[in-house]
Amino acid sequence: MIDYGSLALGAILVVPAVGASLLALLPDDRTSAWINTLTSLVTLACGLVLFAERPAPGPFLIVDDLNVVFIVLSTFVGFTTSVFSGSYIAHELEAGRLTPAYLRFYHAMYQTLMFGMNLALLSNNVGLMWVAVELATLTTVLMVGIYRTPAALEAAWKYFLLGSVGIALALFGTILVYLAARSVVGEGLDAMAWSVLVDNAAAFDPALLNLAFVFLLLGYGTKVGLVPLHAWLPDAHAEGPTPISAVLSGLLLNVALFAVLRFKSVMSANPAALAPGPLMVSLGLLSTVFASFMLYRRRDIKRMFAYSSIEHMGVITFAFGMGGPLANFAGLLHMTLHSLTKSAIFFCVGHIAQAKGTQLMSEIRGLTVSHPVLGWGLVLGVVAIAGLPPMGIFMSEFLVVTSTFARQPVLALVLGLSLLVALGALLLRLNGLAFGEPHGPSEPTKASFVPVAAHLALVFVAGIWLPPAVVAWFQNVARLLN
Amino acid sequence: MDRLALDVAHLFAGGLVLVSFMLLYQDRMTGLVNNFALHALVVSFSVAWQAYIQDAPHLYITAAIALVVKAVVIPVALHRIILRLGIHRTIEPVVGIGQTMLAGIGLVALSIMVMLPITAEAGTLAREDLSFALSVILLGLLMMVSRHNAVSQVIGFMSIENGLILAATGAKGMPLVVEISVAFSILVALIVIGIFLFRIRERFETVDIHLLHEHRGEQP
Repeated sequence: MIDYGSLALGAILVVPAVGASLLALLPDDRTSAWINTLTSLVTLACGLVLFAERPAPGPFLIVDDLNVVFIVLSTFVGFTTSVFSGSYIAHELEAGRLTPAYLRFYHAMYQTLMFGMNLALLSNNVGLMWVAVELATLTTVLMVGIYRTPAALEAAWKYFLLGSVGIALALFGTILVYLAARSVVGEGLDAMAWSVLVDNAAAFDPALLNLAFVFLLLGYGTKVGLVPLHAWLPDAHAEGPTPISAVLSGLLLNVALFAVLRFKSVMSANPAALAPGPLMVSLGLLSTVFASFMLYRRRDIKRMFAYSSIEHMGVITFAFGMGGPLANFAGLLHMTLHSLTKSAIFFCVGHIAQAKGTQLMSEIRGLTVSHPVLGWGLVLGVVAIAGLPPMGIFMSEFLVVTSTFARQPVLALVLGLSLLVALGALLLRLNGLAFGEPHGPSEPTKASFVPVAAHLALVFVAGIWLPPAVVAWFQNVARLLN
Repeated sequence: MDRLALDVAHLFAGGLVLVSFMLLYQDRMTGLVNNFALHALVVSFSVAWQAYIQDAPHLYITAAIALVVKAVVIPVALHRIILRLGIHRTIEPVVGIGQTMLAGIGLVALSIMVMLPITAEAGTLAREDLSFALSVILLGLLMMVSRHNAVSQVIGFMSIENGLILAATGAKGMPLVVEISVAFSILVALIVIGIFLFRIRERFETVDIHLLHEHRGEQP
């Protein structure tokens, strides 16, 4: 009898790592895009196996109900993004914006990023998770700067500085958590393992835990892009290659949020410690309100959707901060749908920016006329991200707001209003982008529409009918998070 | 003996805070790099002493890494970068030395006030080490926000890492993960120096971050 679970657990880490080294060694750029896609596909398969078969938790790696959601989501988006990346990168090569040497570097970094994210999600050890998040951050820093334009370098430098300060604060928080656990669990690896931490959290020193959580929330919160620690996010999204914007928004922000959630469950297991909810609620609400107003002032299309990511990460953090089975359920659903929708939007935006040769929204008009498929894809994506029915995000946002109404009507009102403000900004911009007379230069693109269609179809189906199995699964995770 | 062990540990930890203050007011690039080498030297002594009193031989490795890489290799490399860029004679404007030092004193007071009451159960050694470590981290942050030069910001970041090493070694018995992460952060420092400084140099002929701010994506 082969233990498929353990096999998949090993493979989900080894495959991207081997893929990365292979891609770093292979010079040919056409096959490397294929290898990238293939590696991501195998990783996705491993993620699905892990969903079905769970290996027993070890000292370093663990698969439980919570992280399996993130694993399936991130391997899936990782795969579709690699498909998009293939056609995007081919165009960049033709246009001469990237040289083959940089492309090799890009593909190797892409798989290293996947490895880092999978390791962060699967680790059963707070230190190992920290290392993995740092690895993922570094690879994205390098990729954001890959075009080497002054703007890209500034974005990468800013991201590096803010990201590393965040990661330093998170390490300090991690050390404090270890100190709190040490006096109860004893020295050694056990005092850093999730499974042990959650079980014994009730006996930890609450004052140490409180301080640790503040550092962890600020540290990992920087990577989630919560206001006021968000300054790196719009620049990094706007200046890097678009597949990286899609992966940043769709996955890396989630991984950082996942770290916060893990520590939140340790905090909630200790009755004497500070309640983590209100902190997360206020940061989340602040991000949503701030980002939805900032949407009006954007001129760059990728930057606008980056602010929209800040807004949605705010909503998700808010929902998890509210807690309770319903709000947690809504938060998980919103996170999943946001990842799918936002990456689909970035797939469209990437091709649009290539076709029009600009990211300035004032130069882009009438996309539905000049590029019907891309234009309508963008329309559907924006309708979904703005939270209009019948797309799935409408339902998750509705759930977040209504579950809050029952407990904190004022907060629900503020949240609802800022969602409306964001809706207004997005529709206003969409009108200019998608309709009217097309003008300016435009070339035909060899776009890959399959990833966009797959993501949007999933979001659409989720808005109409959620399979009972998915509902039961998410409900179970929501209960666990409490 | 026990009393002496604690006193020496505090001497090193306190010394690290002092060197962090010295970093704050350096206005010449060479002086700044030399001071950073001293910072790394103190941290490696501190870690070695912890290894001795905690009887944890693996910490000697961390101390050796700090000594070789951070106190020798990186400063030498930085000196070469500074020479090559021709900024070794430049006097960097440090925003109001007086105010920065006052802010630094405030930060140290803050971290002592925050850490000491909270860590009452963690043992004398860990307590005071942690409050010194937090001071070093906050002073490093202060340095990063008050400087505009890429080299100074990297040095500020590396001094934060030294503070983190101090904290991690003060937490007795923390597993090997710390050593991995420490080695890893040294790698970070190398990547940063190697790639960013040279990329910035290639594009702008300068490492002054001020000039980078002109290229903010959305200004018309």
